[in-house]
Amino acid sequence: MSNQLSRRRFLRITGAGAGVAAAAGTLGSLPLLRAGRGPAEKGIRTVPTFCDICFWKCNAIATVRDGVLWKIEGNPDDPLSSGRLCPRGTGGVGAHFDPDRLRRPLLRASVRGEERWTEVTWDEALSHVAEKLRQIEKEHGPEAVALFSHGIGGTFLKHTLKAYGITNAAAPSFAQCRGPRDVGFELTFGEGVGSPERTDIRNARCLVLLGSHLGENMHNTQVQEFAEAVGSGATIIVADPRFSVAASKAKHYLPIRPGTDLALLLAWMNVLVREGLYDKDYVSAHGFGFEAFAAEITPFTPEWAWPETGIEPDVVRETAREMARYRPATLVHPGRHATWYGDDTQRSRAIALLNALLGSWGRKGGFYQPAAMDVPAYPYPPYPKSEKGKADNPGRKYPFASEAISTGIREATITGQPYPVKGWFVYATNLMQALPNEAETIRAIQNLDLLVVVDVIGSEIAGWADVVLPETTYLERYDDLNVELFREPFVALRQPVVEAPFDQKPNWWIARELALKLGLEAYYPWKTIEEYLDHRLKGAGLSLAHLQRRGLVRGGKPPVYYEEGVVPSFATPSKKIEFYSVPLKEAGFDPVPRYSRPEPGPPGSLRLLFGRAPVHSFSRTQTNPVLAQAMDENEVWVNADVARRAGLRTGDRVRLRNQDGVRSDFAVKVRATEAIRPDCVYLVHGFGHTSRMLRRAFGRGASDARLVTRYRTDPLMGGTGMNVNFVTLEPEA
Amino acid sequence: MARLGMVIDTRRCVGCMDCVVACKTENGTPEGMNRDWITSATRGRFPSLTLTLQSERCNHCDDPPCVTCCPTGASHVHDWGGVVLVTREECIGCKACLASCPYDARYVHPDGYADKCTFCIHRVEKGRDPACVSVCPTHCMHFGDLDDPESEVSRLLASRRHHSVLPEAGTRPRIFYLE
Repeated sequence: MSNQLSRRRFLRITGAGAGVAAAAGTLGSLPLLRAGRGPAEKGIRTVPTFCDICFWKCNAIATVRDGVLWKIEGNPDDPLSSGRLCPRGTGGVGAHFDPDRLRRPLLRASVRGEERWTEVTWDEALSHVAEKLRQIEKEHGPEAVALFSHGIGGTFLKHTLKAYGITNAAAPSFAQCRGPRDVGFELTFGEGVGSPERTDIRNARCLVLLGSHLGENMHNTQVQEFAEAVGSGATIIVADPRFSVAASKAKHYLPIRPGTDLALLLAWMNVLVREGLYDKDYVSAHGFGFEAFAAEITPFTPEWAWPETGIEPDVVRETAREMARYRPATLVHPGRHATWYGDDTQRSRAIALLNALLGSWGRKGGFYQPAAMDVPAYPYPPYPKSEKGKADNPGRKYPFASEAISTGIREATITGQPYPVKGWFVYATNLMQALPNEAETIRAIQNLDLLVVVDVIGSEIAGWADVVLPETTYLERYDDLNVELFREPFVALRQPVVEAPFDQKPNWWIARELALKLGLEAYYPWKTIEEYLDHRLKGAGLSLAHLQRRGLVRGGKPPVYYEEGVVPSFATPSKKIEFYSVPLKEAGFDPVPRYSRPEPGPPGSLRLLFGRAPVHSFSRTQTNPVLAQAMDENEVWVNADVARRAGLRTGDRVRLRNQDGVRSDFAVKVRATEAIRPDCVYLVHGFGHTSRMLRRAFGRGASDARLVTRYRTDPLMGGTGMNVNFVTLEPEA
Repeated sequence: MARLGMVIDTRRCVGCMDCVVACKTENGTPEGMNRDWITSATRGRFPSLTLTLQSERCNHCDDPPCVTCCPTGASHVHDWGGVVLVTREECIGCKACLASCPYDARYVHPDGYADKCTFCIHRVEKGRDPACVSVCPTHCMHFGDLDDPESEVSRLLASRRHHSVLPEAGTRPRIFYLE
């Protein structure tokens, strides 16, 4: 039903014609759009701040020329970027100039999803939101409002809503991305790998990547260190169904059958144990349940894995021995986007255990111990207590979920269980592309009394909103401090570089004004963000003025490895590395990871895989005029033989149809290539936009999210495995 | 006199296009026009493949046909570093240089003049690297004096196998790719 609704909506959109307002100048034919301090400003000035094009938060220096934003470069003092931003950060200039960015508060003017708006004042918009919130509170209690948020900018909105009484705040980055990895490592080592990940890539002498496509996936520090490792001759081992850029740097490329990584991991561990190549001292000092683990993996030989993975036993043995040769400086990378097949926590646990066998956790060239500077939180009054608790994971159905499950909130919104959810706030995350099966998201939206989107640009989820609140970009606002947990800790400031060009407001202002309208002034003892920041910084013995000049303050270089004096400690029940997990056993799960074969798709179909491009972040940058010039549509990667048999050539346009009959909204170009297995296709995520608010990106390429109608839920923590969809290619006449 | 050139390590390059984006913001190149670009070549049969990624731009050739063919002298070799430049005011937009360049490195700016990579001479004169070099997150790009045997670029060329693009064109390009 909801799919049909979505389809009708789409047809209306395509028939609707021109967009909302006239385009402002794009980069190159600048500045129709007045920016900076206006025409009066002359000369060059620089402002230190930190980036927001992704969550890595590199420290940057922006340059303004004659009042107009010119460029953004890495801050040389920054331990994350070492003075070099990634292409997205460099292209962050375009976020300020983007003609498609939201300009004024919008109220929905017709049925949801039609994207017809009335422009209103901030007072009208926030009064409307506050009134709806009071109504929901009266009828259902404040727990009936939920927040979906991504990134540091959501801090103040979360504060306001918690003061109002919400209990449900989720980031799709848990159940749709890194959650299984974090839980798998928590179950094994007692803590996760964090963000930025505590991976010591620069000192690794052997680096193993499973589907992780560093270089296309542009997490700055990791890519810099990856290049350093490649340059210094480290052995790179890559298992990926696609010949990624990282694979092209590898000594060993393993063209693994999709969904069988756990079989490969078990076979690698089998070799290390059987041949006695693992770090016996490390395992006996820090391991728990090794004997039971070793017995459990005995049957999983390279010969056993061969028919599953397609990787020859000799290759498995050779790569396992290579890993052992360089241990403990062998890093089996935990990846980041880990929601693939629904057994993802167990796969991540196997990655953790392989690292444990190699003794890499806590060691140079493996996983270092990060540190953070002590910056006290602002002393707010306590939030109201709730009798109802959270709605995302009733009865701890997913017993090992360590954060709120976004799709659990969606489920509660659909079913009204354990209690009704009637209001959604969505901050800086395009839920229509972030959550699997958009039909369920649309069904949930039907049950809402209020859907508010706060963002810099439009999006598919903004198209469904009742109220859209336009935020200033990171280049025009203060945000909360970045107190970084890293091998070289620091505190960084984001501050305005130029003025916002229209009636956009910073998130802290939006959150505070909404709080005042809700009578929550007790939660905002500060009036300006500078006051808040200065208070926090003074608590740490620092000053706002200093950070305004320098951008960041560094906290030295604490010891980060066991060999430097870090004391090994594991927050697990056994206080050791859990090769065998009693908590998993007690909850009815495999105490040592076990492989199960992924379900095949319909005959003749190809598994749909997706990933990243270095010049875009999620589905949020496709209208950025600088980044769009670097890549303005995606392509579907099809194995050259498969394409030939289908009569398709590079550049031909096709639609993708999935196993449930859902067809991509737009035709996408074929990239017929040797660089992918014949049983799958690959799309870069974030394209195929259907929102007419995104004029530059509308209709360009295909959306993988639209085709992810099925997902397999991880029974341990509720993550949604999304690589379980299959497509056929339909040539466009 | 210096002879400026670039040495690019293809082993480190991941083809992220940061050099392309940095050039665009640094130099404000027009929509859809670029002074540098990435080429990508996949060779072999799955799964025995190689991928070569190269950041390319004007080669600032020792024998630049774009300079000899220019009817007005707008295209010229700069006194310092031998950088090939275009004097906008003297360019009549005849496109002879576009046709003569074996690297297709030039385009006609919407304002009517031939435009291309300047090795960011405005930065180099202040002692900084070109924008593409200084932004590269993989540190795969190196810039300096090819005539100075002690320079980083000369030492890299002496120590590693390398190639240039279309050496058979005979223009003696000054960008080299380490293999």
